[in-house]
Amino acid sequence: MSSGLIGKKIGMTSVFDDAGNNIACTVIEAGPNLVTQVKTEDGPDGYSAVQLAFDSKPEKNTTKAMQGHFASAGTEPKRKVIEFDRAGDDLKRGDELHPDDVFEEGELIDVVGISKGKGFQGVVKRHGFSGVGMRTHGQSDQQRHPGSVGASADPSRVFKGTRMGGRMGTDRTMIKNLEVVRILPDHNAVLVKGSVPGAKNSYVELHKK
Amino acid sequence: MATNLLDIVEATQLKDDLPEFGPGDTVVVHLRVVEGDKERIQKYEGVVMQKRGSGSNTTFTVRKISSGIGVERIFPVHSPRIAQIDVKRQGHVRRARLNYLRERTGKSARIRARKTN
Repeated sequence: MSSGLIGKKIGMTSVFDDAGNNIACTVIEAGPNLVTQVKTEDGPDGYSAVQLAFDSKPEKNTTKAMQGHFASAGTEPKRKVIEFDRAGDDLKRGDELHPDDVFEEGELIDVVGISKGKGFQGVVKRHGFSGVGMRTHGQSDQQRHPGSVGASADPSRVFKGTRMGGRMGTDRTMIKNLEVVRILPDHNAVLVKGSVPGAKNSYVELHKK
Repeated sequence: MATNLLDIVEATQLKDDLPEFGPGDTVVVHLRVVEGDKERIQKYEGVVMQKRGSGSNTTFTVRKISSGIGVERIFPVHSPRIAQIDVKRQGHVRRARLNYLRERTGKSARIRARKTN
């Protein structure tokens, strides 16, 4: 079995659990995932893995090389292709994987996504600096400034890696230990407790622990 | 497809046996209270001050005067902890949020009954 699935973030809502608690959760459409390649320890690849593909796209938007790859797996072209670890020998090319095959309710999983882009941000938002902290004592226009970035004549330069303002977001981000609240097999939907990185309709990876 | 799946998930949460009620109505909310391993029903009666949200996220606020102190509780309409909602009296009000009730007590806090014909 595969160690994870590819999904699409649909949005957030809340559901009630058996005790009546209202749980905020993210709805992820995770399937059907298609097996496009199986790599084995004793094969040409030398390691064990399974390559999954998700979300169909038109053939005209697919390169010839990928067209051939999908054709040999017996599937139509897919937008997202990701490799996962593999356990056991029960998968072969062209197999379909659904959320209820891989996950069960109550399980803790890791979710990987590309976080939303924030643009050019200052140090307060980007690195959690507290700003200068006062408005008086000559700090009339510096409330969110970084302060000093280094010493004086020695070393007379700014050290590499000093935290400053810059582009923030669009990072590959993993959120660990999110509970699978519910699985709707009819709709290939997985409900994960809490929020998940990325915008709506962006792709996320669901990893088993 | 995108918004559709969210609606499907929300639809699994909705109750279909809810009475129609709105701001100004006097309702009795039957709450399931779990004490140890026993479950009993607790009633909470008051005036609906507002109803907000949509889908499974709808909540309503009920105000009552409990031993001289105003109490407001917010309930999710579709919560499984609510066993039943009875509409005791339909009130005639002219706005959706009855926050003016907070400044009023006694006679001035009364709400006229809605004429039904």
